[in-house]
Amino acid sequence: MLAKTTEAATHRDALGITGLSLAIGTGADTVPLLAGVTVRVGRGETVGLVGESGSGKSLTARSALGMLPRGARTTGTVTAGGVDVLGAGRRELRDLRRTRVSMIFQDPRASINPVRRVGDYLTEGLRARGVSAHAAGEKALDLLGQVGIRDPLGALRRFPHEFSGGMLQRVMIAGALSTEPELLLADEPTTALDVTTQAEVVGLLKDMQRAHGTGMLFVTHDLDLAAAICDRVYVMYAGRIVEEAAGSALFGAPAHPYTRALLEASPSVHGDRAVIKAIRGRPLALAESPPGCSFRDRCPLADDACAGAVPAHRRHGASTAACLRPEQVTP
Amino acid sequence: MTLTIPALRARSARRRRRRPLGLVLAAAFLLAVTLTGLLAPVLAPRSPDATSLLDSLAPPGTAGHLLGTDSTGRDVLSRLMYGARLSLIAPLGVVLLSGTAGTVLGLLAARAGGWVDAVLSRGMDIVFSFPSLLLAMLVVAVSGPGLLAPICALAVGYTPFVGRVVRSAAMQEGARPYMESYRVMGFGEPWVAVRHLLPNILPMLVAQSALAFGYALTDLAALSYLGLGVRPPAADWGSMISQAQSAILQGAPWSGLIPGLAVLLTVVSVNVLGEHLGGSIGRKREGA
Repeated sequence: MLAKTTEAATHRDALGITGLSLAIGTGADTVPLLAGVTVRVGRGETVGLVGESGSGKSLTARSALGMLPRGARTTGTVTAGGVDVLGAGRRELRDLRRTRVSMIFQDPRASINPVRRVGDYLTEGLRARGVSAHAAGEKALDLLGQVGIRDPLGALRRFPHEFSGGMLQRVMIAGALSTEPELLLADEPTTALDVTTQAEVVGLLKDMQRAHGTGMLFVTHDLDLAAAICDRVYVMYAGRIVEEAAGSALFGAPAHPYTRALLEASPSVHGDRAVIKAIRGRPLALAESPPGCSFRDRCPLADDACAGAVPAHRRHGASTAACLRPEQVTP
Repeated sequence: MTLTIPALRARSARRRRRRPLGLVLAAAFLLAVTLTGLLAPVLAPRSPDATSLLDSLAPPGTAGHLLGTDSTGRDVLSRLMYGARLSLIAPLGVVLLSGTAGTVLGLLAARAGGWVDAVLSRGMDIVFSFPSLLLAMLVVAVSGPGLLAPICALAVGYTPFVGRVVRSAAMQEGARPYMESYRVMGFGEPWVAVRHLLPNILPMLVAQSALAFGYALTDLAALSYLGLGVRPPAADWGSMISQAQSAILQGAPWSGLIPGLAVLLTVVSVNVLGEHLGGSIGRKREGA
């Protein structure tokens, strides 16, 4: 199992997004949402995608499934599980969603049909692929056991409202893994849960991902969480990737002023009491951001040079950052 | 014995708390009407069409004629029992036809959106603005009396009644996150709409169908009253009221009042039951 996974990883990534730009509307009403987004998730790798609300992180994750807004125009390529998503037909997309890519949502209670039993939820995807009812039931039972649901047999017959939020998120993880996907998209999977449950669910996700050799794109606005569990982290701002860093390096050496500002703006229970520095201004959407670096209006380091062009990604230490002077961010 | 009595009492108390009296009465009445309709040949004391001018306009309570007789001496109770058949089956047909058509059109409009929605919605508005009773009368005028034509005409007229509610409920429900989560799992639009959306709007559908049943029953009774429904001598409650008009003038109102009362009670019972069914499915869904 492990050898097979490593071998496959050399063949292709679970997800490869290259230079993805996305806009909706036509003519004068065109609203750009993403610009030149490049994200790579290897097999068995955990990759974080962090940013504020509206920075385009969920949209990026959804593009891996071809779930684009109505009337979206795109450039760039999205390859998920070896399928060219943007060029795929309806049938190929359906196939991709059924077999190779799964998604976990923020609020499990809202994301599972409330009038159907948990057993139906878990077996429906398998049945649609032609697995027999009996085999699908066995698989569901096995998965429920793996995600730590007590009395899995009874759980199959229960309705979603009979579970707590944390337990239901476990059910959803079991459902997402039932098709043995290559790629798992986790869209803020812990945001709707309370803190102690969050830790359990994240631990479970990591365990399951390791056991199944699945690549995971973990979308979150929780920097600490991303740094703790991700091999690599992408930081998004206004529809662009502004920094790519190793998860462990994010805290020690932020290479983009935005990342640094985010870290300084998050409260910490460790160390001395420090003033939380808010980032001045408000987060901008891509459509309303200024030419050049989108962050320059709010950046303490910005000068006239930042207004010229969108800064290219450049290497700085263990990271790459879209900033003209990363060395001033982490000296 | 001493042990079982408190247990029984506790159980019946619980049952009484859960089911309101009105609901029990409504369900019991509908069951009774349905059974008498089904078993009319066994239960009816006489043939519904047997006339006997000597016994005409006998008041209720007369020996042999529990609910009296009409102006041609036909037994009101027997006619009421046989009449229950047509009076229940015909509106049921209307509800099944219009419910199916309304559900399909409503779901289609809500999920397809765009011009499909525009065409279907405006089409339903046009039909909705046309009185369905008038539509049924027009159809009968063309095709001649008989029940099939008015059933179909009323079904067309009631389709928007169901369709518009289904559409708005489906739009509301379709915006909920779970719809997308099933699409992400690779299920197509028709599958998600039928297997996941439809069960969630079922309470609305049931309540609306029950209302439609009541309206259809009164509309069909009105058609029969106008002589456009069932062909005599076959009886339904509407035609019985119609034929009782002269009797009312002769001071014998029962042959018209009794079937009128049957229509009234049935419609009320169906509405009470429909409301409860819609509500209880809804409550299960909310997780109470």
